[in-house]
Amino acid sequence: MKPVFTKTAGLTDKPTHYCPGCTHGVIHRLTAEVLEELSLIGQTVGVASVGCSVLAYDYFNCDMTQAAHGRAPAVATGLKRALSDDKIVFTYQGDGDLASIGIGEIIHAAARNENITVIFVNNAIYGMTGGQMAPTTLSGQKTATTPEGRSPESEGSPIRVAEMLATLDGPRYIERVSVHDQKHMLQAKKALKRAFKAQKDLAGFTFVELLSTCPTNWGLSPQDSLNWLSLHLSAAYPPGVYKNTLDREVQ
Amino acid sequence: MTKLLMKGNEVIGEAAIQAGCYHFFGYPITPQSELVAYMAKRLPEEGGTFVQAESEVAAINMVYGAASAGVRAMTSSSSPGFSLKQEGISYLAGAELPAVIVNVARGGPGLGNIQPAQSDYFQATRGGGHGDYYTPVLAPFTLQETIELTAEAFRLADVYRTPVVLLTDGLLGQMMEPVVFQQSSTPVQTESHNDWALQGTGGIRAPRSVTSLELNASGLEKRNLKLQEKYQLINQSEQQADVYFAEDADWFVTAYGSVARTALSAVKHARSEGVNVGLIRPVSLWPFPTETYSALCEKTDQILVVEMSAGQMIDDVKLSVNSSVEVVFYGRMGGAVPDPEEIFDVIIENAKGVPKK
Amino acid sequence: MKAEIIIAGFGGQGVMSIGQVLAYAGMHAGKQVSWMPSYGPEQRGGTAHVSVVISDDAVDSPIVSVPSYAVILNDPSLEKFLPKISTNGVLLINSDCITSEVERKDLYIAEIGASSIAAAIGNERVSGIVLLGALVQMTSLISREDLTKGLADVFGGEKQHLLAMNEAALQAGERAAEINFTFPII
Repeated sequence: MKPVFTKTAGLTDKPTHYCPGCTHGVIHRLTAEVLEELSLIGQTVGVASVGCSVLAYDYFNCDMTQAAHGRAPAVATGLKRALSDDKIVFTYQGDGDLASIGIGEIIHAAARNENITVIFVNNAIYGMTGGQMAPTTLSGQKTATTPEGRSPESEGSPIRVAEMLATLDGPRYIERVSVHDQKHMLQAKKALKRAFKAQKDLAGFTFVELLSTCPTNWGLSPQDSLNWLSLHLSAAYPPGVYKNTLDREVQ
Repeated sequence: MTKLLMKGNEVIGEAAIQAGCYHFFGYPITPQSELVAYMAKRLPEEGGTFVQAESEVAAINMVYGAASAGVRAMTSSSSPGFSLKQEGISYLAGAELPAVIVNVARGGPGLGNIQPAQSDYFQATRGGGHGDYYTPVLAPFTLQETIELTAEAFRLADVYRTPVVLLTDGLLGQMMEPVVFQQSSTPVQTESHNDWALQGTGGIRAPRSVTSLELNASGLEKRNLKLQEKYQLINQSEQQADVYFAEDADWFVTAYGSVARTALSAVKHARSEGVNVGLIRPVSLWPFPTETYSALCEKTDQILVVEMSAGQMIDDVKLSVNSSVEVVFYGRMGGAVPDPEEIFDVIIENAKGVPKK
Repeated sequence: MKAEIIIAGFGGQGVMSIGQVLAYAGMHAGKQVSWMPSYGPEQRGGTAHVSVVISDDAVDSPIVSVPSYAVILNDPSLEKFLPKISTNGVLLINSDCITSEVERKDLYIAEIGASSIAAAIGNERVSGIVLLGALVQMTSLISREDLTKGLADVFGGEKQHLLAMNEAALQAGERAAEINFTFPII
């Protein structure tokens, strides 16, 4: 009998530690499937960051290094510059890592048009440390450090990273996607594929922001989390292509 | 062999290239900036990689990335920037990655000034960042020795899979003197990192990871024990020091780096006036050459420590000698550089207190 | 022999290059040399100085506390370094830039209007080289031949076009030293 589904070779057999309903697992799988479909697993080196996905090096079935908090784009720069052009380098970063402590590194890696792919998982909260405010936390959103809800007067307003990076001349491809239902998951996969394909073709900096859930720290059930994502997070962070200067054949 | 008149900072750059380092990540800061500029010019000529990073923090993490791929990588800075690199150095130590970090030290604390200083000794020799780790620290005192110790730094980094610090200062970075590069016709032999470096599985081996994370306490303790074993081995095998006038000296001055040059001038001057004094010059600051000091304990009742700091290396000197040796100190701070006359006066003053043997 | 030399003046007067010429010349003479600049903010507009050591033996300290030779290009530098020059030391002054009196009588002194000589040659910026010419004329520190080689090291390559002017400045300095020269009076 012909199997109708097999687990992607891009992931190891290790069970993930993610909470029920967290969409990190989905994003891992989409990334891994893309690497497999592009036949890139054996030539890829990933960079895990600090946050819930710190153990990503146990899950991706490729060589992985682990970066200090926020520094993944710098580590990826060093890796990419040291490796031959046929090697693929990606970072996998959360919103605290990328948009707060690592905002300098991501901006400059983008400005240099480093030929790397950045996977930015935005769930508007710090997960690993217990639900504190992230730079992407929505106005009014309650977190451990904004118990009355994030107030623009005292905590500032959310940072829209995709839009911000798109103002730079460096990056080649920037898209924001969501994973709250199957249709969006497929769109997300398409975006990831375009990004990795572009890197393989030496195009330059590619960035995919994926809106993601955090049921545990949002205080919602997995299903309610997906609803909240589609209703509120997608509204504050509209999915779409923010920059695309790739050649037609890459697209 | 051609003698070249070169600036200290540039000597480090050329020495690194000749030691097989083709990946450099830097950030401008006085008094090391010439090194960054030198690499920007030279590395592309050699087919290497130069990146001017957005910060010291980014630069050390670029080194971390390049080192993960198994290549010889280096970054350089001066004191305030060296502080910023400590996070990355701790990660390099934890992940056991080889790298060389240059500190062309200047006056502190804080922004301090840009004049030569040795006040980063504690930071350099005690790990500097968080966690139980050390980095080998080498302190050249001439530009020729800078060439040798830059190569040695890469050797130590490779052999022991550890970040290594080359500690100089603004004086050695800015001065010029003639140097000779012993150009070898064969490529530099570097350690093979085939067993751990990340270059993609090629579909023929299991995936590897480079990390300093170990959530399990017993696992992390085991990892630390392994690190400590390595440090013990380095401590036993890699101590380096030079002793001047060991045969007939009644007592010793001790100093490292640029101050050792000035101290050597002063020691020679004092000897010409009949003072039987010698000089102990640590070359490796970590591991500290305790064996050199303890071996000289029998000969000397006094050691005069001269540093451009409030007294940092003096702690290591005291730990290396028994209580019969009186350890005295002369230091300048804040970028003030003692001149030979000044140290000569201190030697003469202290010589009065030294009983003749 | 061991010569400890200080060259001091305003930033932009070529202090660092003059020092480099001497260091290279020393190398050509088969000596050990070192060149140690003052660096940093004082380089930009304020006073700058460089210490050069030329020695038969290895140079231990590149720091010069008691110079046996001083080339002084401005008043603040004269004030700073005059008291430090060793007895019977050599002092060269660009008298166009210095208003104060030299109050020591135990030195070999040449006061040379190096700026006006340089201007007459074509560029005031070679005044330092005029003083180097005087130094060769007055002392046996460096031979004319080695100095010329040192000049080519520093002003060769991209600065090649300056070589002819520097050569003229050297010759003018040599002539000037013959007539503006005082011996120590002790």
